[in-house]
Amino acid sequence: MLGLLFITFIIGRVMPVDPVLSIVGESASKETYDAAYKAIGLDKPLIVQFATYIWDVITGDFGVSLLNARPVADDIKRVFPATLELATLGTLIGVFVGVPLGVIAAVKRGSWIDQIARVLALVGYSMPIFWLGLVSLLVFYGILGWVGGPGRVGIFYVDIVPEVTGMILVDSILDRNWEVFRDALSHIILPALLLGYYSLAYISRMTRSFMLEQLSSEYITTARVKGLSERAVIWRHALGNIKVQLITVIALSYAGLLEGSVLTEIIFAWPGIGSYITTALLSADMNAVMGGTVVVGLVFVCLNIFSDLLYKYFDPRAK
Amino acid sequence: MNLLDVENLWVKFPTRNGVFDAVRGVSFTLGQERLGIVGESGSGKSMTGRAILRLIRPPGQVTADRIAVEGDDIMAMSEKEMRSVRGQRISMVMQDPKFSLNPVMRVGDQIVEAYAIHAKSTKADAKRKAMEMLEAVSIRDPERVYRSYPHELSGGMGQRVMIAMMMVPDPRILIADEPTSALDVSVQTQVLRIMDKLVQERGMGLIFISHDLNLVSSFCDRVLIMYGGRIVETCVADKLHEAQHPYTRGLLNSLPRLDVKQERLAVLERDATWRDTDSVSGAR
Amino acid sequence: MSHSDATKQTLREWLLTDTPQSRHQARMVALYQGWLSFSTNTMAMFGLGILICLGLVALFAPLISPHDPFAQELGNRLQPLWSEGHVFGTDSLGRDILSRLIYGSRITLYIVALVALIAPVAGLLVGTVAGYSGGWLDVILMRITDIFLAFPRLVLALAFVAALGAGIENAVLAISLTAWPPYARIARAETLTIRNSDYISAVKLQGAGATRIVTKHIWPLCISSLIVRVTLDMAGIILAAAGLGFLGLGAQPPSPEWGAMISEGRRFILDHWWVATIPGLAIFTVSLAFNLLGDGLRDVLDPKDGGS
Repeated sequence: MLGLLFITFIIGRVMPVDPVLSIVGESASKETYDAAYKAIGLDKPLIVQFATYIWDVITGDFGVSLLNARPVADDIKRVFPATLELATLGTLIGVFVGVPLGVIAAVKRGSWIDQIARVLALVGYSMPIFWLGLVSLLVFYGILGWVGGPGRVGIFYVDIVPEVTGMILVDSILDRNWEVFRDALSHIILPALLLGYYSLAYISRMTRSFMLEQLSSEYITTARVKGLSERAVIWRHALGNIKVQLITVIALSYAGLLEGSVLTEIIFAWPGIGSYITTALLSADMNAVMGGTVVVGLVFVCLNIFSDLLYKYFDPRAK
Repeated sequence: MNLLDVENLWVKFPTRNGVFDAVRGVSFTLGQERLGIVGESGSGKSMTGRAILRLIRPPGQVTADRIAVEGDDIMAMSEKEMRSVRGQRISMVMQDPKFSLNPVMRVGDQIVEAYAIHAKSTKADAKRKAMEMLEAVSIRDPERVYRSYPHELSGGMGQRVMIAMMMVPDPRILIADEPTSALDVSVQTQVLRIMDKLVQERGMGLIFISHDLNLVSSFCDRVLIMYGGRIVETCVADKLHEAQHPYTRGLLNSLPRLDVKQERLAVLERDATWRDTDSVSGAR
Repeated sequence: MSHSDATKQTLREWLLTDTPQSRHQARMVALYQGWLSFSTNTMAMFGLGILICLGLVALFAPLISPHDPFAQELGNRLQPLWSEGHVFGTDSLGRDILSRLIYGSRITLYIVALVALIAPVAGLLVGTVAGYSGGWLDVILMRITDIFLAFPRLVLALAFVAALGAGIENAVLAISLTAWPPYARIARAETLTIRNSDYISAVKLQGAGATRIVTKHIWPLCISSLIVRVTLDMAGIILAAAGLGFLGLGAQPPSPEWGAMISEGRRFILDHWWVATIPGLAIFTVSLAFNLLGDGLRDVLDPKDGGS
């Protein structure tokens, strides 16, 4: 974690754009420049700057965005749930479609289902996500008009539902506002399906691989000797044994979706942390970039720790 | 009536270089006795056991003129009917409990499952049955073992659990495929004695598959010697030293003996023609 | 095959022999066997074919390309597919898309080749040194690797490019910086496995120093797993490069980088869909080819889980 902060710090300081200038403007006098320089703390030795930085992060102060002069922490609080919503939905799709697909592909190895699953996964690993997003937006929104366009909700529905979790789908259910829910759904469905596709490509491959390992084990034969139905053998015994490995895979997939949403958000004008970081980067908003990267990195680390914990909890051999 | 009738069993596997016959025309019967099947790796002994339970899946092919359990032809059964035969009428104990028990399921639950598949009972009943079974295999602390996971048990205990699990639905026939090969020698006799006691008590038939001629001859009533997918000889266990077939004699001679002075240990000579002669019938 | 034999051995027989006469021959035999095994895999060969085409296209770009990729013809903007002289149409500045695609292949290959060189080599170095030395050096190097691994790749690459400035070299550097950690881990794992084996001890007893052991004995063994991993990663690297290009952080305009082309065409997607779609298909095809190639290589070099 410390290393993470270290690297973001280095990156922030290495940026060739002068942060002071962005604050005071190009035509400021020398005194104003010096004052601002001191105010940001750039005159102190690097070590001190780093220490202050760490302290700020711990207390949740990511500094002020150089672009819109608002606290970065607030900005992040605002945009993060949007990404969370998208990534969660995508992962759910990946799990509920990917796991059964992987199981069936393993059980009916070599059949047409297995081949299709393989092709799906192969395409998923090769297709640029932003391109697929663009094309699907074109087809399903531009041409067919089946789904809502870019953005989270239509113009008329912005800020209608009181914000509880920041996730519009959840909030609209809590508020029982079905119109907003339907609209939000039509907007989220395409990017969620997109991310879900990438998720299921990965999850189905891994599930298949794990299942194949299990199906050639002796205890599967034992289960059959006992007279168990094939269904129970597969879904209770074999699947039960890969549960733990799947948890790690799902956590990794979730993390991957957080990454993938960076590009997806741009295509779909989704105001999440991905587009926040990218816009900040392109406008040299150093604080925002660092803040955003730290948060994303933090989520990654948490996911890793979480999946490790779950692993230990569920695998009796690890106890 | 015999517990098991096997007539002309063949097991074939298609490979890239043609069809490989693992079991070639094996026939034998089993009564309320302990029948040993001895052979080296590749002799087809394990395949025979699995074929009887119809566990061999495509692309393997199993054909037989007849395989009957207490008179019922199981070759004619559908998969669904076969599932009620497995466990309930014929059971199998395998070699290594580390691998043959489900590693993420408690041992007690696995025994309960074996029982509950074939008997409609309450959970409490099933648990009681499982505990009874654990006691029957001489496990002194059945409560603790019931809650354990397979990796927490020693080899001998794991195998006893396996026996309990396979006996709990009260089958008529038990197939034991190398049941003690993965165990320490000191534990082997104990496990075998437990298995034997249960088999005798319940009037079951036992098929004991092993590569260990000594073990089989001291433990079984009758012995079938297999080589290259065929039965080359059958005899009564205590008449084993009168065996005729050169392969059996070879096996007997390659066992070191303490009571007879030997200059060198004999090496088993194999004759290619053994593969071509017809299988000897193992009927009683 | 005795040397006094008067008959000449054909090359094929030489490659298939069971009794190689020299180390060189033994190596060639192994390579040939691997190649035979590989060539039975239709999909992998397909991938290889595409990549060879890519290489040829990039090499002969000036000869194949119908137009100058930078030539603007504002009167001829946004022409659809199959229009006269422009098989794939033209973009918003009237430039021929096909030509830009062809020249863009050079950029793609350039990026791929550089990253494929830098990242695995760096990873190999770090991994083997860490694995072989053990102790605090191992710990430090692995901590650094873990830190880089902990970062989401694209975000890290974005941050690096933004810090270093946009441009193709920086993009390559940024991608390499995010790509090397997995190789370090693989190399380290292999090193640890091999380090304690008997023949390493034997070589040590003969007086070999650490450098010699690492370079001549450990590295060759890591190579095959690395090659498989690199080929499989290539697809991801191309996608990352395209992503950076799409964001405007890669090759700068008017460079015909495929990702950037998609970005340029994005505005016109509704009425002139081909401007953004065609480059994406190109990216997809190359990526797919690398994946197929990597799968095929893995089946030959490291068959663990069956593909079909």
